[in-house]
Amino acid sequence: MGGFFQVAWAVAGRQVYKYFTNPAFLAPALFPLFFFVAFAGGLTRVGDVPGFDYAAGYIAFQYVWALLQAVSMGGAFTGFSIAGDFENGFARRLMLAASNRYGIILGYTIASIVRATMTGTLVTVIALITGMPISGGFDFFGLIALALLANVAATLFGAGVAMLLRTQQAGPVIRTPIFIVLFLAPVFVPLKLLSGWIEAAARLNPFTHILEAARGYLAGDPTNVAFAFTVSAALVFVLAIWAVYGLRRAEKAG
Amino acid sequence: MGRERGIEVENLVREFRKGPRAVDGIDLRVEPGEVYGFLGPNGAGKSTTVLMLTTLLPPTSGTATVAGYDIVREGPQVRASIGAALQEAALDPFLTGREHLHLQAALHGLSRKERKRRGQELLERVGLEEAADRKVRGYSGGMKRRLDLALALVHEPRILFLDEPTTGLDPQSRSALWAEVSRLAREDGVTVFLTTQYLEEADVLADRVGIIDRGRIVAEDTPEALKAEIGRPSVEATPAERSERDAVARVLGEFGEEIPAQPGAVAVRLSGGAAGLADVVRALDRENVHVANLRLDEPSLNDVFLAKTGRSLEGAGEDEDGEMDEAQA
Amino acid sequence: MRGSSFITQVLAIARRSTVRTMRQPAVIVSALLFPMMFFSINASGLDAASRIPGFPADSYLDFAFAFPLIQASLFGAVTAGADLARDIESGFFDRLSLTPLRPVAMLGGMLAGVVALGLLQGVVFLTVGFLMGVNIDSGFFGMIVIVLLTVLVALGFGGIGAILAIRTGSVEAVESAFPLFFVAIFLSSINLPRDLIEQDWFRFIATMNPISYLVEGIRSLVITGWDFHALVLGFGFAFIIVVVSIGGAAASLKTRVA
Repeated sequence: MGGFFQVAWAVAGRQVYKYFTNPAFLAPALFPLFFFVAFAGGLTRVGDVPGFDYAAGYIAFQYVWALLQAVSMGGAFTGFSIAGDFENGFARRLMLAASNRYGIILGYTIASIVRATMTGTLVTVIALITGMPISGGFDFFGLIALALLANVAATLFGAGVAMLLRTQQAGPVIRTPIFIVLFLAPVFVPLKLLSGWIEAAARLNPFTHILEAARGYLAGDPTNVAFAFTVSAALVFVLAIWAVYGLRRAEKAG
Repeated sequence: MGRERGIEVENLVREFRKGPRAVDGIDLRVEPGEVYGFLGPNGAGKSTTVLMLTTLLPPTSGTATVAGYDIVREGPQVRASIGAALQEAALDPFLTGREHLHLQAALHGLSRKERKRRGQELLERVGLEEAADRKVRGYSGGMKRRLDLALALVHEPRILFLDEPTTGLDPQSRSALWAEVSRLAREDGVTVFLTTQYLEEADVLADRVGIIDRGRIVAEDTPEALKAEIGRPSVEATPAERSERDAVARVLGEFGEEIPAQPGAVAVRLSGGAAGLADVVRALDRENVHVANLRLDEPSLNDVFLAKTGRSLEGAGEDEDGEMDEAQA
Repeated sequence: MRGSSFITQVLAIARRSTVRTMRQPAVIVSALLFPMMFFSINASGLDAASRIPGFPADSYLDFAFAFPLIQASLFGAVTAGADLARDIESGFFDRLSLTPLRPVAMLGGMLAGVVALGLLQGVVFLTVGFLMGVNIDSGFFGMIVIVLLTVLVALGFGGIGAILAIRTGSVEAVESAFPLFFVAIFLSSINLPRDLIEQDWFRFIATMNPISYLVEGIRSLVITGWDFHALVLGFGFAFIIVVVSIGGAAASLKTRVA
């Protein structure tokens, strides 16, 4: 094995192979889909609240959150996978064999993106079946770009934690912060309709801005996208450093 | 109260949905006050038999009485007469040893005062007074086994079932457990039905041994009788000097017929049994014959197993499917 | 040796269940913390829903207060079921079977633990809710009824947990039922009243779901005061679940023990 990209390719290939031999790889989509069905099914009347003027309707409003949740959870699951690889000894062999260890991180990230594509498609299909309209002006690429960035950020976070802890204990440590980030956001109503402590928390949460921009793209009315992309890029950057830190610690432990 | 203290089994069979019969028609009889050793490799059917005799698993066919009660029709009476320490030391990691004993005692109907007294007594008996108020989670394997035994004895049962009681224990714990089991049988007259895969254990503890393989009893008798059936013990002596070889042969020859031996050594089959070794030593001493090495070879229960089944006991169970998985179903 | 009385047996097992739960502070904390956290996030996130025309309460906080109580009962039941399954897996159940312990007493003891936890949760949540500003329209007596109904719900769920444990004998199987129950809670009127659910299929499921009536029973005590209709349905369904689940558990026990 040699070179940054070769290592990445090999790692990604193995990970993707694992997906196709085990249908449970779609598991990250499960809870998002469940919430989507529960919220888009049960809460549509929230769209009647005065001040709720999302053009694409409540189902689409929930769909975006479900999509971002699915790709973020996908990142978390990749973290679990890495932790598992440490527990069963595979990761050590990998690190010994790889000439460029950064490639390992990239490899897992690529695999995670592949999975995110599939879970994202699944969520989208379900949403369409449930009757989500695609209104005119839908800015596809913007939405996808944000989703991918969210996925990469979550993957890097999960990878860092997994390489730091190197056991299944990493599971809750990865899952819980991501869960909190996903929920301390305008889940049910837009940011401007939130009040109280949750509004303050949501404003501080970088995910909120990604979510709102993504929703804007879906409705064909992108707002604050520059800010959202800046935040995403910053997140990815910071979490990449985090992942490298985790890798260094894993290396030192041998 | 109760009729007797023995165990009688007639043509007991246990089948599972898939696979061969775990217990394929066994007959046995354990006399009151006896220690009966059930010896066999993993998967032979030992644990399944114990589960049936303790009423935790119904037999497919056949009958058995434990303490005079039928295992199928008089389950509660059987259970009241027996104590059991089964394969997994079934304990609650969050309770202390003392709490386990109190719970067991409460369920058996002891008053609060009696519970405390009995609990303390048993803790002392098995050597767990110091650890009594620690949670079982922190107990070693040996300690768990000892607590297991104590719990089985709370209600002073007449018959005790021990399923592989020393598997996985260190030598000290094993010896301690053996000592206690012997004491129970000798002093308290408890009938003990013990399963094991260790030859030594059966040899040392059991009055009689039943060897089970693939669900059937292939041999049953006292350990000595079983071994004698296979062959008598032999003595092999290596003379200190080559020149003394004939002298050694002459002395040994008085104790039995000569058999093939290692180069330079002399071996005879002892017609009088293993006790004859002491006489051999005395005779050599009397005749002033010097030996560099003196060895007693006895057939072991493994040899018995080998003779009866064509396989060695050690390692015989490894290719069998774990019968315990099915027993838990 | 003589056997023990039914009460003694139930008490001995109940004592063990309670002691065991108390010795796992992590379980208690999550049993109390997670429902509250979720409630807090949910309630403030959906506060705007109280402005939907036709919404039956002034504050969404009051409306959603039933949620942590139901979720906590569920959690307690799954934990008790998992504990029972663990006993079966470890062989402790076999040990207990060899004593004069009657199967029904074992069940009773385990459920006593569920009830105790349910009581604790009810009291804690009412206190926290009060501090958060929840207004119970039915007053102090209503709070007692809320705790009562919560305990009944916990008992019902506990029976279901017991059935799962006895039937499967596997901790993993029982714990994997938790998400299913969680889903069942959401497919009800927990988030919005049934008449404000637009999607027909969802409203249908919510109407068929007995959990909706449990929720509405508790909720009525918070936002309406004394709504006879809702209380009859709530207690009625709770009783039915309790009878069916505990009866089922007792029957399942008989097949497991000789």
